[in-house]
Amino acid sequence: MPNLPLFPEQASVQAGQVDAIYFFMVAVCGFFGLLIASLIVIFAVKFRRRHPDEVGAAIHGSLALELMWTIIPFFIAMGMFAWGAKVFFDLYRVPAGAMEIFVVGKQWMWKVQHASGQREINELHVPIGRPVKLIMGSEDVLHSYYIPAFRVKADVIPGRYNTMWFQATKPGRYHLFCAEYCGTKHSGMIGSVIAMDPADYQVWLDGGKAEDSPVAAGEKLFQAQGCASCHTAGPTQRGPSLANIFGHEVKLQGGGTALVDDAYLRESIVQPQAKIVDGFLPIMPTFQGMVTEEQLLQLIAYIKSLKGPAGPAGSPSPAPQQK
Amino acid sequence: MEATSLTYLNNGHGAASWLLTRDHKRIALLYLISITAFFVIGGFFAMMVRLELLTPAGDLMSSETYNKMFTMHGVVMVFFFLIPSIPATLGNFLIPIMIGTKDLAFPRINLLSWYIYILGGAFTLVSALSGGVDTGWTFYTPYSTAAANSHVMTAALGVFITGFSSILTGLNFIVTIHRMRAPGMTWFRLPLFVWAHYATSLIMILGTPVIAITVLMVAAERALHLGIFDPALGGDPVLFQHLFWFYSHPAVYIMILPAMGVISELVTAMTRKRIFGYEFIAASSLLIAVFGFLVWGHHMFVSGQSTYAGFIFSALSFLVAIPSAIKVFNWMATLYKGSVSWDAPMLYTLGFIGLFTIGGLTGLFCASLGLDLHITDTYFIVAHFHYIMVGGSIMAYMGGLHFWWPKITGKLYPEWWARVSAALVFVGFNLTFFPQFIVGYLGMPRRYHAYPPEFQVWNVLSSAGASILGVGYLIPMFYFAWSMRYGKDAPANPWKAKGLEWEIESPPITENFLTQPIVTEEAYAYAAKEHGPDHGKPVTA
Repeated sequence: MPNLPLFPEQASVQAGQVDAIYFFMVAVCGFFGLLIASLIVIFAVKFRRRHPDEVGAAIHGSLALELMWTIIPFFIAMGMFAWGAKVFFDLYRVPAGAMEIFVVGKQWMWKVQHASGQREINELHVPIGRPVKLIMGSEDVLHSYYIPAFRVKADVIPGRYNTMWFQATKPGRYHLFCAEYCGTKHSGMIGSVIAMDPADYQVWLDGGKAEDSPVAAGEKLFQAQGCASCHTAGPTQRGPSLANIFGHEVKLQGGGTALVDDAYLRESIVQPQAKIVDGFLPIMPTFQGMVTEEQLLQLIAYIKSLKGPAGPAGSPSPAPQQK
Repeated sequence: MEATSLTYLNNGHGAASWLLTRDHKRIALLYLISITAFFVIGGFFAMMVRLELLTPAGDLMSSETYNKMFTMHGVVMVFFFLIPSIPATLGNFLIPIMIGTKDLAFPRINLLSWYIYILGGAFTLVSALSGGVDTGWTFYTPYSTAAANSHVMTAALGVFITGFSSILTGLNFIVTIHRMRAPGMTWFRLPLFVWAHYATSLIMILGTPVIAITVLMVAAERALHLGIFDPALGGDPVLFQHLFWFYSHPAVYIMILPAMGVISELVTAMTRKRIFGYEFIAASSLLIAVFGFLVWGHHMFVSGQSTYAGFIFSALSFLVAIPSAIKVFNWMATLYKGSVSWDAPMLYTLGFIGLFTIGGLTGLFCASLGLDLHITDTYFIVAHFHYIMVGGSIMAYMGGLHFWWPKITGKLYPEWWARVSAALVFVGFNLTFFPQFIVGYLGMPRRYHAYPPEFQVWNVLSSAGASILGVGYLIPMFYFAWSMRYGKDAPANPWKAKGLEWEIESPPITENFLTQPIVTEEAYAYAAKEHGPDHGKPVTA
């Protein structure tokens, strides 16, 4: 007897919500599909041609029927839309306090770094019972992070960050697939998501190789790449202070403001000329190609961690500006 | 009909009389031969894909080769078979006859569009033979512009060139339908096949330039590093998806609307009953053409596009299902109290209604935002669009080809063989694609050369079905070819159907009509009296 799997495992809080829509759709569409199929067969048999010269009855149409089979499907469809939209919205609204993990896709592997510094490739260890937010970028082409047992998927796009979140419910090892075609070894860009009891997860974290946390690695990069020389208060300061800016708005040159989020920080590093903070000169060189996607995420993690004595977010330091 | 009478087929001999013809009927046959060749090529690539997927490991061919196989399958089937299939063959042949005129408005442009199609096809074949292209038929950036080492340029240029063939055909149809209808052929007496092609032509003219510009930008970026789509050059990869689907979603309707037109003709002719709700079927074609332009974002629910944009695209995608549902219900109602023939064209029609219904209903699964997150880019999607394109478009194309074969060639095809192959196509199709819904929901991503072993059983079923489907498609190629030489001569109206094409000889003369026809009644006037007691009574001719 061959194994006939019909249905993937449910291992996240999202899985039940998505499957509920699925069963509802299967029931409603199955009903209409069977109804239409049976009517085809019944009509084809009952009204089969019995005489070579026979013609059909003279029926032209019926406005009442047309209205019925326009309006009823309309309301069913809008109901389906509303339910799907609700679940989608919840899948995009990350709960407060979600644990952040960085993911970088490249041909053809998934690189992961945990907040504590643990790194892994083609695996992702997560605790159950806790919302996990993935912040994802790509080093080359499009990829898509897909965990069927969790019913979640999001494209991983070069040049920007995409996020997704899930909350695992059941310890186990689940498939991880790249779902967006990315070249020769696309079908080899797979791995496992390992959901663990929180205690086991802690043991796993502690047992890993001691590596710098993203924040610590980011701090080293901040010094090594020379960011510190311009972005630290003092006589050499030529760029805005970065303390306390994350999550706040900065005033831009030429009017307008920008919210400092992951995407803004990324852009300011690889395309510094795109948005200039009011009061500064467009003198920062681009770091595109000088830092990898992972290093970018580490720099951003470091900048997010900066709490300092600086005044209002993003304000120019008191040091005088040239020209 | 006497054997010696002059028809469009024997009016002129030799290659030049075909290759330089301006007769819409001969051009339709040129298209028929060329798209059949591309169908065979595309089918070969599909067989390679299904053979590889028999086993979980990628063991029959390398990943590079596999990726090229599914890419070439998609490119050839979409751009060189499905898009031109019904419009360029049946549409070309029938539209002038159905509206009572002797040719399309621009016969030379019609011939030109075939040459453009062949030129585009040649580029694509060169791309295939010189090593192939591995980007997927969707040419997603930045893979296609920055990473792929395969022959993207030639394939993209092939798609670019063949687009002009579509645009010219659409233009020709629109002008012809507006300007050349016979006296008395009012808009609401037009056969629904013509309405469907009118709607299709609108999409061809408005949508195709967008894809042409888009693939040109891909080619320009590859050659000149312009930085339109590649983020490393300051471009936006998701912009490509917007542009690509702005055409390619409406292109789905280029493939299905003419099929709906064929089914509307067949369901009424094969039941000898006026179509139910003529105006609603005609209007729904136009609604589909318009709404089809507003739903492209449903291909991008996981691409990071705005959540609120996702809401709009999802709602509109549910709405576009309504006009399709209206058509299905009207076809069903047409069967009621009809005189239902069980000849091959009707078997294909009934098969179409069933399979298109499954394809349409599973489209609702994909339109649902929360559910699409799980099933997008899996085999669920692959199954869904094959139900529309193969279960829908190709079933209708086959049905239409059988139905009008006596008119096109003047010969009857062997009915028994036709019924057998229609049944094989139906069974083989379902066995091929239904398991893909299940393996898709299980989570198997599309475009996978190797896959986890628990998905194997569904893939084996699918490959087995594909072999039955292949046989179902091969048999008609043989008996159609056989019938051209050995088939019985067809009478003018073998189906006792209504429509101007059945009032002229089989095959028609070059000018279609000896005298200008004048139309005095609506389409499909099978029985004279409303609700008359005609059912079961013979036709009094």
